[in-house]
Amino acid sequence: MNSAKQMFWAGIRAEIPLLIGVLPFGLIYGALATGAGLSAGEAQAMSTILFAGSAQFITAEMVAHATPAMVMVLIIAVVNLRHLLYSASIAPYVQNLPTRWKALLAYLLTDEAYATTILYYKQNGATPLGHWFFFGSGLALWSTWQVSTALGIFLGAAIPESWSLDFALPVTFIAMLTPMLKGKPVIAAALSAGITALVAYALPFKLGLILAAVVGIGVGSLLEERA
Amino acid sequence: MNIWLTMLFGGILTFAMRFSIIYLAQHITLPNRVQRALRYVPPAVLSAIIAPAILLPNGTLDLHLSNTRLLAGLVAIVVAWFTRHTLLTILAGMAALFLLNWLL
Repeated sequence: MNSAKQMFWAGIRAEIPLLIGVLPFGLIYGALATGAGLSAGEAQAMSTILFAGSAQFITAEMVAHATPAMVMVLIIAVVNLRHLLYSASIAPYVQNLPTRWKALLAYLLTDEAYATTILYYKQNGATPLGHWFFFGSGLALWSTWQVSTALGIFLGAAIPESWSLDFALPVTFIAMLTPMLKGKPVIAAALSAGITALVAYALPFKLGLILAAVVGIGVGSLLEERA
Repeated sequence: MNIWLTMLFGGILTFAMRFSIIYLAQHITLPNRVQRALRYVPPAVLSAIIAPAILLPNGTLDLHLSNTRLLAGLVAIVVAWFTRHTLLTILAGMAALFLLNWLL
């Protein structure tokens, strides 16, 4: 049986490749947030309080356009709606944990920590120490996000645009998605979600992303039921 | 002050969504159909983020060979397919984009 410490480290190791995509993303966020008029303290605090990449980018953008606070809060909530899906997807594997563990893991439940953790749970089921894996992945991501935000705040303007650092995140997601594409339902889910995201891209507040996710999930489940 | 309140309330709502079903699942059982559907969350969400990032580089559909993000994305997909190696895929995709932008 694996010890908690081993599981914790396994979670960190699984997260490392994703951190390479997250680090430049944090740098860009830090640069963008200060550019939008947030102070260094505010930009950094947003990374700990919200801890949600795309919502932070959009918030910085809204601050630059002097958006009313109520509207910003609503938009943050809508952009982060997908976390409800993650919460539902992870829930069966963590249901026997004490509430304080659930709260800690929920705080760390981002796109990238979800990706490694759900892969682990799918391969191993709900193991007694699986939450240490989750915690390792989540903490590795959290620390990287805080450090890269700080770096972005202080040297953001010095990063050449020709490096296209913003491309690191979609490429990371390609690396995660491609190996999942096995069997017709999954491939159809990915294709239909991708096409919907393109068609619905113009919808405000990332609603296109949520719609695309719903379409992909629906197509995948329907095909699986028929098979 | 406004920005701090925004972050606080936005943060509370975000945490509430992340925590909600993790917390409630103990008290309710998700139907089989819902559990099955949730397995499609990762591929659907990932694909929905990737497609616009490589096909709509400037907000409009760009299928030309001059769309370096699309080409670099294809390089990354091929590398991911054959190697199944996350780090190698990221490096190949980033290097491809850098080279293509430099060449084209």
